[in-house]
Amino acid sequence: MRRWLPHPLMAGFLLLVWLLMRGSLAPGDWLLGGALALGLAWAFGKLQPPRARLRQPWRLLPLALRVVYDIVRSNLAVAGVVLRPRWRGRSGFVAIPLELEDPYGLALLACIVTSTPGTIWVDHDPVRRVLLIHVLALADEAIWIDTIKRRYERPLLEMFQ
Amino acid sequence: MSHAFLGGALVAAQLLLVLGMACALLRMLRGPRAQDRVLALDAFYVNAMLLLLTVGLRSDSVLYVEAAMIIALLGFAGTLAFAKFLLRGEVIE
Amino acid sequence: MSLIEALPPWAAVLVGVLVLLGAGFACVGSLGLLRLRNFYRRVHAPTLGSTLGTFFMVAACVVAFSLAQGRPALQVLLIGVFLTLTTPITLMLLVRAALYRNRVEDGQSLAAPEPGDDE
Repeated sequence: MRRWLPHPLMAGFLLLVWLLMRGSLAPGDWLLGGALALGLAWAFGKLQPPRARLRQPWRLLPLALRVVYDIVRSNLAVAGVVLRPRWRGRSGFVAIPLELEDPYGLALLACIVTSTPGTIWVDHDPVRRVLLIHVLALADEAIWIDTIKRRYERPLLEMFQ
Repeated sequence: MSHAFLGGALVAAQLLLVLGMACALLRMLRGPRAQDRVLALDAFYVNAMLLLLTVGLRSDSVLYVEAAMIIALLGFAGTLAFAKFLLRGEVIE
Repeated sequence: MSLIEALPPWAAVLVGVLVLLGAGFACVGSLGLLRLRNFYRRVHAPTLGSTLGTFFMVAACVVAFSLAQGRPALQVLLIGVFLTLTTPITLMLLVRAALYRNRVEDGQSLAAPEPGDDE
């Protein structure tokens, strides 16, 4: 199984993209899409990505819902900052000590932090294990450190480490 | 009545998106630094892609959706190349 | 204007509202590019267009094209997938590039910037 289908998630994703793009479920599309997905997943394996160990993958769902909720809320917050005639808030960098070390967990955290308007991932120091983010509406550093660690890092730690 | 609303909403949305593109264009011209211009270019093509989708809705053609998809992917590659170029620190302004 | 007339009234209203919301968020995001004061603040603005702006517009297209064609038109969803995958990468790389350029120009060491205000 591993020999013929080394990266099942990657291959499945590529096949899904192909079927969505074609907009049909005809046998020919399954065949061509499947062949492409297998070939590309094999090529992906040649890049020698580090193995992902995902425990309890169903925990991704509540995390995803939480992220969607946060994205909507911070969209409104950033829109408020832009539209207010005279906005005089602080913004700046926040350093956050992290326990998370798994590359996939960190990648997911980077995507979450950056996709949420109002916060952006700037730098991660793997030696000192400190994450640097920039926050648009920075009222209190401690609140942001607590938010990132509790809302996002905790579930990621449980799944990836 | 509701169809007139949709027609009006599409025109209004297109105006909003053109306004967004104008803002991005202005930032692109003003700078001041190269990273500001690249960021504005990124926002510019996202707005252009959304504008293509509204054009597709008005003219009943899925072809525009495919064009929008290509813009989304090529724009990403372009911005990535620019950012990588800036990261080398060898751009002389 | 055949697609617009083919939609049932409730769908026409729904699509209209979705399109307006999407364009509104994208426009406010681009406006932020002009209004915010420095680069690190401006980086946050375009995310509006690529998250909720794109979401509402893609939703409008899925509803409209699916009803007009009589079968689910899901290829528009791919635009949303691509943008959610790619936007974080571009923004992170741009911020790092800006940081690098600022440090080189200020003649500072390549240490991490101090936490605190960005002024």
